[in-house]
Amino acid sequence: MSKAHLELTGVQMAFDTPTGPFIALDDLNLKIGKGEFVSLIGHSGCGKSTVLNIVAGLLKATRGGCVLDGHEVNEPGPERAVVFQNHSLMPWLTVYENVELAVQQVFRKRMSKRERKEWILHNLALVHMDHALDKRPGEISGGMAQRVGIARALAMKPSVLLMDEPFGALDALTRAHLQDSLMEIQQELNNTVIMITHDVDEAVLLSDRIIMMTNGPAALVGEDLSIELPRPRDRVTLADDPAYVRYRQAVLSFLYEKQRFPGKAPASEKDDDQEQSTAETRRGLRAIA
Amino acid sequence: MSTLSETTSSNLVGRRLVRLLSLPNPGQLATRAQQLLLPLVGIMLFLGFWHLAAPQVQTSLGAFPGPVAVAEQASALWQEHQDQRDRADKFIAMQEERNARILEDNPEAEVRIRDYPGAPTFIDQVGTSLLTVLAGFLLATVIAVPLGILVGLNRYFNAAVNPLIQVFKPVSPLAWLPLVTMVVSATYVSDDPMFEKSFLTSMITVTLCSLWPTLINTSVGVGAVSQDLVNVSKVLRLSFWTHVRKVVLPSSVPMIFTGLRVSLGIAWMVLIAAEMLAQNPGLGKFVWDEFQNGSSQSLSRIMVAVLAIGFIGFLLDRGMLVVQRRVAWDR
Repeated sequence: MSKAHLELTGVQMAFDTPTGPFIALDDLNLKIGKGEFVSLIGHSGCGKSTVLNIVAGLLKATRGGCVLDGHEVNEPGPERAVVFQNHSLMPWLTVYENVELAVQQVFRKRMSKRERKEWILHNLALVHMDHALDKRPGEISGGMAQRVGIARALAMKPSVLLMDEPFGALDALTRAHLQDSLMEIQQELNNTVIMITHDVDEAVLLSDRIIMMTNGPAALVGEDLSIELPRPRDRVTLADDPAYVRYRQAVLSFLYEKQRFPGKAPASEKDDDQEQSTAETRRGLRAIA
Repeated sequence: MSTLSETTSSNLVGRRLVRLLSLPNPGQLATRAQQLLLPLVGIMLFLGFWHLAAPQVQTSLGAFPGPVAVAEQASALWQEHQDQRDRADKFIAMQEERNARILEDNPEAEVRIRDYPGAPTFIDQVGTSLLTVLAGFLLATVIAVPLGILVGLNRYFNAAVNPLIQVFKPVSPLAWLPLVTMVVSATYVSDDPMFEKSFLTSMITVTLCSLWPTLINTSVGVGAVSQDLVNVSKVLRLSFWTHVRKVVLPSSVPMIFTGLRVSLGIAWMVLIAAEMLAQNPGLGKFVWDEFQNGSSQSLSRIMVAVLAIGFIGFLLDRGMLVVQRRVAWDR
């Protein structure tokens, strides 16, 4: 593995609930190299978003922590730009102004006015949204708005790009289109990316590594799968590729055989027996990993 | 943001023009006729009912005035205003002539022009009331919006202030009035006052009663800023002020304006009551004076004032709507 660029060590996250603390993550360890595209996959409620929010600095781990390029992450910052599931553009600003808000804030001192303008246009062109500069988010489709969200994040020149189910709210065709765009951009910029997804195909197609998380509560890394498919990847030819099918199979088997969706036992009802059994599974899984 | 809304509003105007100029199809024509016709029918029916019912109501000042009597008084009031203004002009012109003559004799002489001492007319009273309500409303806005932002942003502050808001919100203007009057006369002491005391009393009473809807709506709007947008702001490390200016304020503008419109409506209602009770110049005083006057025309003149109050209230709300359309991004 390449030198650790981003490192999560012994991360525990407990949320206060009326029935006592709820341990969402327990002793999660993860190292990510520079330029790696990593997907986090797991069932709903397994704490994927919690991991992302800890890296983003929007949540503070109760134990352990996150180190980026040798600096501990304590608060949110533009070097860890986030693409949210629902584009999160300011509805009162145009496409251009939304990106401008970010560029203005991050590069106010380092770029001249003209450079900033060029940089904004460059990033919007990168996501093919330079034709709708003066449109408001309400006037463009969800897919287009998500492109602008990505442009805004890229415009901050982040050292890690965090994406929280970026394509989850889009229809299948738009999603495929955006995935291709993202691969193109990734090829060009070689960013470090952490992406949360529910979609097995998306994870295999885009990632260098897939981190599969066990079911919460007290979730941790179940399996860590490297995807060694040559780039650029093409979704049509890959569909028949035996390696691709094998990777896909591995993820599916983790999600639907080893980690069946729990659906039962909400956190407040767990008793000692169950806790013991999760602890056992955890030990077993650590052996696998 | 202002340039932005300007372009969109000019677009809107353009689109509306196009729609007006293009020949409407029969269906559109029908809906437009309906939009114009139905309100007209309603007004006609109301006038008819009023005309028939008014003579049935006998008071010590004669029968309740019908629409015709009221219309007559409306034009009489306008005529009085014109006459008064002519007289005032003459009065001033006379003084100027006299001053010119004095100055001719003695260029060093100190000359003065006295204001026309006549009683304010109905139109003057409308002007006074409008000025007072706008001043009171403006003061209320200047207090309520920043305070609302603080209350909306800070959970602790909200918890501390909320009970006060809930208690003061339902207080009637009539209860505030004596207190405000006493406090203003005690504290606003000056040889050359910039404002009349009566103006200040009315204005402050209006402010006290009308700031609550804006305050509450602003705080709710600020509290309801989407968590995603707040997260964006955090990731960008926006400073507190930039966060308020670029995220919180625009996001809550629609709610703030809803509050402002309610506030302005309340301000107008409160002002009339305050003027009546305190005998402060304005429409309320006009109504009260006519009531005390008790002539055969008094009821008609009061009715003119009632209609004027309603119409001005309506116009104020429309004006607010126009401002909202220019400023708010969701319209």
